[in-house]
Amino acid sequence: MMTTNLSKQVFDVETIRRDFPILDREVHSGVKLVYLDSTATSQKPGVVIEAMDRYYRQTNANIHRGVHTLAEEATADYESARQRIAKFIGARHAREVIYTRNTTESINLVAYSWGRANLKAGDVVILTEMEHHSNLVPWQMLSEELGVRLEFILVTLDGRLDLEEFGRLLELRPKLVAFTHMSNVLGTINPAKQIIQMAHAAGALVLVDGAQSVPHFPVDVQDLDADFLAFSGHKMCGPTGIGILYGKEALLEAMPPFMGGGDMIRRVYLRSFAPNELPYKFEAGTPAIAEVVGLGAAVDYLSAIGMDAVAAHEHAVTTYALERLSEVSGLSLMGPEAAARGGVAAFTLMDIHPHDVAQILDTEGVAVRAGHHCAMPLHDKFHIPASTRASFYLYNTRAEVDQLVDGLEKVKRIFG
Amino acid sequence: MDDLYREIIIERNRNPQFRGVLDPHDITFADENPLCGDHIRVDLRLDEAGMVKEAAFSGHGCSISQASADLLMESIIGKSLDEVKLLTRQDVLDNLGIELGPVRLKCALLSLKVLKAGAYGLGAASDSLVED
Repeated sequence: MMTTNLSKQVFDVETIRRDFPILDREVHSGVKLVYLDSTATSQKPGVVIEAMDRYYRQTNANIHRGVHTLAEEATADYESARQRIAKFIGARHAREVIYTRNTTESINLVAYSWGRANLKAGDVVILTEMEHHSNLVPWQMLSEELGVRLEFILVTLDGRLDLEEFGRLLELRPKLVAFTHMSNVLGTINPAKQIIQMAHAAGALVLVDGAQSVPHFPVDVQDLDADFLAFSGHKMCGPTGIGILYGKEALLEAMPPFMGGGDMIRRVYLRSFAPNELPYKFEAGTPAIAEVVGLGAAVDYLSAIGMDAVAAHEHAVTTYALERLSEVSGLSLMGPEAAARGGVAAFTLMDIHPHDVAQILDTEGVAVRAGHHCAMPLHDKFHIPASTRASFYLYNTRAEVDQLVDGLEKVKRIFG
Repeated sequence: MDDLYREIIIERNRNPQFRGVLDPHDITFADENPLCGDHIRVDLRLDEAGMVKEAAFSGHGCSISQASADLLMESIIGKSLDEVKLLTRQDVLDNLGIELGPVRLKCALLSLKVLKAGAYGLGAASDSLVED
């Protein structure tokens, strides 16, 4: 376990900020970074960077099968991270935690392996209008290949899922419901437990896209009763290149392998193979070992702070941000009220293009995202081509929100 | 960075000279920037000699993409299609008079990509049309 000087009882954002070396840098001469783009990727605390550095300096070896000391240590690090990640999301067993590259690959794994083995023409898969492209396109590809029918839970004007509509869609007896736990644009935190109960009652399995939920508030797969949960390391203080697919053991056991190659086999003959046991069945080839070590350190870091404390801090900053942004004339916020959302505030500012908004904000050091945020259908729904999105994490402050608002006034002076 | 918003870009974005749709037209083409969803359509009318007589763009995008499209339309009046096909990314940057990073370069080059795909009569606009 990584050590940390943080106590679970005290959340002090200035102490937290000192854990993230990048927050010290200037983006232009004399202009310090105000990082409001954690929904795209979070910054990394020193403990994560150091864990990966230490791995490469002292441990680096390929995992499994090696009998020398380095291989033993690397394998132990790799598997101990799996156990800590399993505990972090409340999984029963570490073997239910599959290492992938990211949320996208996790969802593709389910679509390719479970989908091809269990879906046929005419079967219904229910998605939502607020999905990230990563939870749309894999199912569209499957629909084209197999003739699977896609249906969508609609989004209401205040940015929530229409659960009455969902109830009607369930009469189609879907095989799978796949939805985002938290929208990366609207910030809406969806009532996952209720959706899962409704889906199960109708006989459907459920995949939860946890890319925005697992990094930001406590997620317990057993409490949710999720069948699959996909999330990424890089949005939760970990490195890029490592993601997780959680699946219930019985489901994963019954699924055919995804990619073929080394490590995923029990026995290979010239013309056939027998797959390995879980979780290795789904981990072909040399994995991202240093990144697994980094994600393990990230999970330790977040666990030491406590996800309840992270969520409470983000909620406070987001509530303040929504108040301040609502005072900016000409600004139109997307999504529901603060109580129903996580640390995301997407908006349009008059008819100024989001690229121009983001570029002017950058001159003040404020990093936000501009575009469709990989949710083009959702922007179509609200009849806008793009939006500007500020997002908040455990290291953001109210002062940074003020800098965002000051920057927006500058944008209006130039383009208004 | 403030150079990025030179007066000409702000002015052309606010008051474009070549914004609109030509109907009928001799050549039309439209495409999107998949990174940001910006969309540009270009319409051309040619004279008997095959020179560009009128040019117009429509669609939506940021100030860089709109100003770039407007300046590009202005620059091709009186040019032959063969000359249009020879336009490069440097011509666009010279029009704007600024340096751009890789992300905003895509904004600036969208109109050239669309224009050249139309001039060549291609089915799709490819990034290779605007690579040096």
